[in-house]
Amino acid sequence: MADPIIRLSGIVKTYGEGPTAFQALKGIDLDIMPGDFIAVMGASGSGKSTTMNILGCLDVPTRGQYLFRGHRVEVLTRDQRALLRRKYFGFVFQGFNLLSRTSALENVELPLVYRGDPKAERHDAAMAALDKVGLKDWWDHTPAELSGGQQQRVAIARAIVTRPQVLLADEPTGNLDSERSVEIMQLLSDLNRNSGITVLMVTHEPDMAEFAHTLVHFKDGLVERIEANPKPLGLAGSDA
Amino acid sequence: MIGTTFFLALRSIRRHVLRSFLTVLGIVIGVAAVVTMVTLGNATTAAVQSQISALGTNILQIRPGQGFGRGGGGPRPPDFEMDDLEAIAQQIAGVTAVAPQAQTSGTAIYEGANWSTTVNGTTDAYFTVQPWPLAEGRTFTPAEEQAGKSVCIIGNTIRQNLYRGGGAVGTRFRIKGVSCDVIGVLSTRGQAGFGGDQDDIVIMPVKAVQRRFTGNQNVSVMLVGVDQNYANEQVQASITDLLRERRKITGGKDDDFNIFDTKQISETLTGTTTLLTRIVATVAAISLLVGGIGIMNIMLVSVTERTREIGIRLAIGAVAREVLLQFLVEAIVLSCLGGLAGLVIAQLAIAVLSPLMQVSWMFDAQINVIAFAISAIIGVVFGYFPARRAASLNPIDALRHE
Repeated sequence: MADPIIRLSGIVKTYGEGPTAFQALKGIDLDIMPGDFIAVMGASGSGKSTTMNILGCLDVPTRGQYLFRGHRVEVLTRDQRALLRRKYFGFVFQGFNLLSRTSALENVELPLVYRGDPKAERHDAAMAALDKVGLKDWWDHTPAELSGGQQQRVAIARAIVTRPQVLLADEPTGNLDSERSVEIMQLLSDLNRNSGITVLMVTHEPDMAEFAHTLVHFKDGLVERIEANPKPLGLAGSDA
Repeated sequence: MIGTTFFLALRSIRRHVLRSFLTVLGIVIGVAAVVTMVTLGNATTAAVQSQISALGTNILQIRPGQGFGRGGGGPRPPDFEMDDLEAIAQQIAGVTAVAPQAQTSGTAIYEGANWSTTVNGTTDAYFTVQPWPLAEGRTFTPAEEQAGKSVCIIGNTIRQNLYRGGGAVGTRFRIKGVSCDVIGVLSTRGQAGFGGDQDDIVIMPVKAVQRRFTGNQNVSVMLVGVDQNYANEQVQASITDLLRERRKITGGKDDDFNIFDTKQISETLTGTTTLLTRIVATVAAISLLVGGIGIMNIMLVSVTERTREIGIRLAIGAVAREVLLQFLVEAIVLSCLGGLAGLVIAQLAIAVLSPLMQVSWMFDAQINVIAFAISAIIGVVFGYFPARRAASLNPIDALRHE
């Protein structure tokens, strides 16, 4: 069997100090295999978002070890983590987090701008990513001119434009109605299968979790159980 | 990385026109106010100084009476005599020339036009004591002075009103029933620093004025030119002693004449205008400070607003340094644009206001540089430091910022 792309061992995250300190994560052990589609579930405050932030190198653990492709992440500097994010990770947030007054195309281009790609390449890659999420014709619209579902698809295009290995989605459907949610999940499912991107998604909606291959349940800062989803949704739909 | 940053910074400025405009506005107003006020203040000082120097800085004016503010009761002290002039010119060291002034006023008439003016009887020494070049014509000859001939040199105001600006030399006009040949026209001096039109004057030989108008040998004012190598105070003291003796003032009695030192006036006036310039500069500096606080506010507010943007940029892989540099470039570009706009507006304001204030246009490089530098520093400092705080946040905290 292949090595895991991500291995968390004994991850602890404590906020604050002294008697008011709050332990959000109490020792997480988790292996994530490349190409998996994982839904992280759990009640509010169970530590699922904190784990996602640590996985995405947006935050650092208080204790424990985080191996990404066999390399330790928790010892890296801020800038090294930024470069790691730039190269291997794509992010999708519940609140979309697009730059306002900035066209869809320029939002999608932004990670490539920081990577230093030449203008023509940037444009082509961003248009290709917008095409993948079905918004090619909307490239010159700003977030204010797009619906919530469209904004989230722009955010997904921005996340995949760098061809990341891991896509982290924190409640990607939290702000959308059920029809748009299914579209977004279908999109994530297709990206996982066709582009081989490992997808990690936090959700508290069981319907959305049905698209994942593996379900990780969190409770009180610990992994409660991991279960495989024998019949993930979205596989049939994508062929149509 | 630099190219990328510039690209992003300029795009951000273009995209937030109102925010950028408000940021720039504070700098524009601050710079324009400081540069305009200080430049006009300096121009006014320069104008006053040039008027004073045209007046002549080394002149003692001697008049009968105890000077301003005193006097009052008692008989009017006698005027001076021509002998007094001779005595001062010959006995006091450091005196270059002494010019008499015997004054009268009257209406000048020429071909139906008439103009009420002052006639000043004097000698050629008048033009030695205080430099006042002629626009055309000539001054008195010794023969004309000696004979008290009815010849006159007119100021520009007379030419404007009596001759409608046309040729005056060689003509003859009448004043107080006396006809007078115009032999010269004085160059324009303009308004005096302390009121009155200096060009509204007719100058005639002193003997002509005495004989034809005043009817006596008196001289109401003496103008004494002082050699630059002598101290005015020393010459003034010598003249005082001489005049007390000649006017038979003894013991503890007060002088019945007063000596007015134009150098003192010029120093006082220069001091006053310098003080005014300082006050104006202080007001301007305060407006620059207020402008600076405006910039600071806009920058602080916009960085707070933009914390989420900073979080997004960090999350998608920007290094904190890149985000910071972008904000720094934005601040520099905006501050410099604002500074330049302020300088341009200041030059326009100076060009418009200078003629209205009757001062000559002037460009003060120093104040331009100082105002620009201060506003640029304010813009950059307040654009940079809040951004540094935001960029040092954990990306996730910055993203959650509302």
